[in-house]
Amino acid sequence: MSLNLLLVWPLLTVLVMLAAKTVRQTRVLALMGAVCQLLLCAVLLYSYQAERAAGNTAAFLFEENHSWYAALQIRYHIGVDGMSVAMILLTAVVVLAGVLVSWRQTVLGREFFFLLMFLSVGAYGFFISLDLFTLFFFLELAVIPKFLLIGIWGSGQKNYSAMKLALLLMGGSALIFVGLTGLYFNAATPGFDMTVLAAHPVSAATQRFFFPFLFAGFGIFTALFPFHTWVPDGHSSAPTAASMFLAGISMKLGGYGCLRAAIWLMPAAAQEYSWVIVLLATIAILYGAFATMMQTDLKYINAYSSVSHCGFVLLGIGMLTKTAVTGAILQMVSHGLMTALFFAAIGMVYDRTHTRLVSRLGGLLRIMPFMSIVFVVAGLCSLGLPGLSGFVAEMTVFMGAWQRQGMGYHLATLAAAASIVVTAVYILRAVGKVIMGPVAAGEHLSLKDASWNERLAAILLLAGIIAIGFAPGWLVGLTEPSAGHLLQQTGDVLTPH
Amino acid sequence: MMNVFFILLKQELVLAVILFLLLMIKLGSKERSNTSTLTLVQVLLLVNLAAGFIMPATGSLFGGMFVTDALIVLEKNILNLGLLVVSMMAWPWLLRHKHVTEFYLLLLSATLGMFFMLSSHNLLMFYLGLEMFTIPLAALANFDLDRKTSGEAAMKMIISSAFSSGLLLFGISLLYGATGTLQYGELSQLLHITPLVLFGFVLVMAGFGFKISAVPFHLWTADVYEGAPVAVTAYLSVLSKGAVLFVLVPVLYKVFAVLAIPAGHAVFILAVATMIIGNLFALRQQNIKRFLAFSSIAQVGFILAGLSGQADTGGTAVIYFVLVYLFSNLGAFGVVALVSACSGKEAVDDYKGFYRTNPALSWVLALSLFSLAGIPPLAGFFGKFFLLLAAAGKGNYTLVIVAALNMVVALYYYLRIVRAMFMEDNAAPIARIRIGPAPGLALVICVAGMLVTGLLSGAYEYIYRLVTAQAPL
Repeated sequence: MSLNLLLVWPLLTVLVMLAAKTVRQTRVLALMGAVCQLLLCAVLLYSYQAERAAGNTAAFLFEENHSWYAALQIRYHIGVDGMSVAMILLTAVVVLAGVLVSWRQTVLGREFFFLLMFLSVGAYGFFISLDLFTLFFFLELAVIPKFLLIGIWGSGQKNYSAMKLALLLMGGSALIFVGLTGLYFNAATPGFDMTVLAAHPVSAATQRFFFPFLFAGFGIFTALFPFHTWVPDGHSSAPTAASMFLAGISMKLGGYGCLRAAIWLMPAAAQEYSWVIVLLATIAILYGAFATMMQTDLKYINAYSSVSHCGFVLLGIGMLTKTAVTGAILQMVSHGLMTALFFAAIGMVYDRTHTRLVSRLGGLLRIMPFMSIVFVVAGLCSLGLPGLSGFVAEMTVFMGAWQRQGMGYHLATLAAAASIVVTAVYILRAVGKVIMGPVAAGEHLSLKDASWNERLAAILLLAGIIAIGFAPGWLVGLTEPSAGHLLQQTGDVLTPH
Repeated sequence: MMNVFFILLKQELVLAVILFLLLMIKLGSKERSNTSTLTLVQVLLLVNLAAGFIMPATGSLFGGMFVTDALIVLEKNILNLGLLVVSMMAWPWLLRHKHVTEFYLLLLSATLGMFFMLSSHNLLMFYLGLEMFTIPLAALANFDLDRKTSGEAAMKMIISSAFSSGLLLFGISLLYGATGTLQYGELSQLLHITPLVLFGFVLVMAGFGFKISAVPFHLWTADVYEGAPVAVTAYLSVLSKGAVLFVLVPVLYKVFAVLAIPAGHAVFILAVATMIIGNLFALRQQNIKRFLAFSSIAQVGFILAGLSGQADTGGTAVIYFVLVYLFSNLGAFGVVALVSACSGKEAVDDYKGFYRTNPALSWVLALSLFSLAGIPPLAGFFGKFFLLLAAAGKGNYTLVIVAALNMVVALYYYLRIVRAMFMEDNAAPIARIRIGPAPGLALVICVAGMLVTGLLSGAYEYIYRLVTAQAPL
């Protein structure tokens, strides 16, 4: 199938939505667009698997390579491997769930759905890019819609959070840009094509200089310590669907970029800086977990726990073993689904009770059973209960991390594994207070349970979490070869035989 | 012989004919409504723009004083397009003005001066063109006749221009003293790195610096931009800067080719200072015209960064960026001009809640600001990317890092306006503005330009072909 469809379809949706007169029409169009996106992605998954089953071993499938700016050797080069397919699927699921939970968005509803769809264009484009220029283009494409979504429809300190997010992400882009130019001019022939750059890596000295730019730049997107500060503010101020997108997809752009651009294109520097990445990731994991314990606002709880969970992604990447990187990819997908579900649940609570403070909530299980179950499952997935996706992903990261030889790496793995206890503390505490416990306020008794659209969104995300939790084989089979390919010049020396 | 004369001077002649036509009309008819004059002028300017594309020719006239080739024709066409857009944007303001014809007489003679400057092949001719466009512009800055700030702007502009012309002339005379010629081709052969030449070069660069308002020669910019009518400010910030930048490209890369290393240092210092100072001052501006003035100073910093690159990629990136900048900045000024003409409001705070009352205009302004900030998919992203890529081409990573960080700062103040429009409430927002056909069309051209020139690589590739194909001096 043509990957261009992934860009054309959301763009068409956006254009048609421009013609819509009312919010009602717009949201129907957005829903139809999102459903078709999901179908499209299912077709993509199917045809990808079919190609692989037929024995196609090319690194990237469905490649297209056109000249864009010929004078500068900038190409429109797209293609997917297993990792991209997994992320594309995640995007489609989260976007559809996001449209569903925003169904009752009435204030400036047209603009809301318009921006949400536009964001998905950026995400798809990013995941299919095989050229650094297009990768960067789509990465930046997604910054401004986030700013507007938070600033216009957000709550709390929305203006501050929106600006902080935009500036930090732009700062990340600035670092990435410097890294890009370094790769471009130091390559054998100037160009941005990643397949070419990976086949002929730039010299080790160049890698040493430019790797930090690229990795830190993408790291900002995925809450690399100490650049994580936009995450709590941004997530908690954003409207529900934007939080879902931010935590579910946007942070994954960073992890994906770290792997695709930094690790893959600069293998020597990746080995050299591996310990720094592991150290920062471990700090993020522990710091995020302990910071979450102190939070009283449900959205802040989930945002800080996202910092911690994305730390696992970075830990897996930093360990540079095939299993650990596979785990990192699994964690990106798993965390994307789980955090989107969590934000959806928090959004449902907030819409009804108008508070997100744990102290003002209680006993929701009796009032809103469906929503409470969603909340509990998201929490359990977050603390890594077997049978849900979080367990599979984190377990794989730990297995892979342990394979890396060296005392420091073992210690980091142990520390990261120990953080799960902290996760259990804050999750169980929040769940215990909000879901069980006595009813906090009398007027909460009259609240209604989730409506059809919210139920659909939750079921969609739950299905993903459970599917990965019970049958991880298909996802591992999809992503493991890509992880091996990304590490083809890095990982071999580090994996024990 | 006569044919060659007409073909080579085609763009100048068309403009001159329009100019005289307007003069005749002004003298010949007693009472004409502003609407009919304005309509006539727009049509004539459209004809002028279209005529520019017919039969581009290469050649020289007047003993090598005046040259033209495909690239110069393109640059003049870009200016023609900007002229048309500015003129359409000015419609609501001019409709109530007493001296419409005079406005256009001055505007067209300024553009004519730019054309001669672009085609100059001799420092004297260059100076002649420069003065020919600066003096009418100073008069234009005074065209809000009943506002004192407008007069003040004109005064400041004429004084600072005179000063910069003095520096430029001094530099030119030193270069003449060192080489005995003013012809570009001979100059590029005869220049050597001697103290005299370097001093002359610095003075010439200072003259250029004034015209493109590079720091530290920028002090006149904000006051003039604030005081002048919005249409004139738009013209000043886009066309007059663009024209000088068009000339700076061959002068720097070809005439002063020998001085590549000191020129590189000079451009580096100017670029860094201009970016940083422009950005820092733009952060806290409360008047939207002053804000755009400082933002345009910062933009010049990025352009100078591009000029520090190789001749082919750097030159192309600069010319391409001026085209992109024309659409982006005129889009922003178009909205500001409409708001100013309809409500008289020019403070940043007045734009709070603008989206509730004027969604379409808000989007145009937001898109223009995004393009200026370098956000995809708008053309500004491509323009900035190519400028900095050109700068990195010479291994000048310090400049690239400074510029990349400056883009973050710039994003803050552009988003400040967006935040005011979309996210903040206002007890008395700007009332709903009826967009007339002419300003509406101008804004459509700007938005289309911002979308098309970036996503489609044609414009860049075309400029690149012309730049690399240009004959040596």
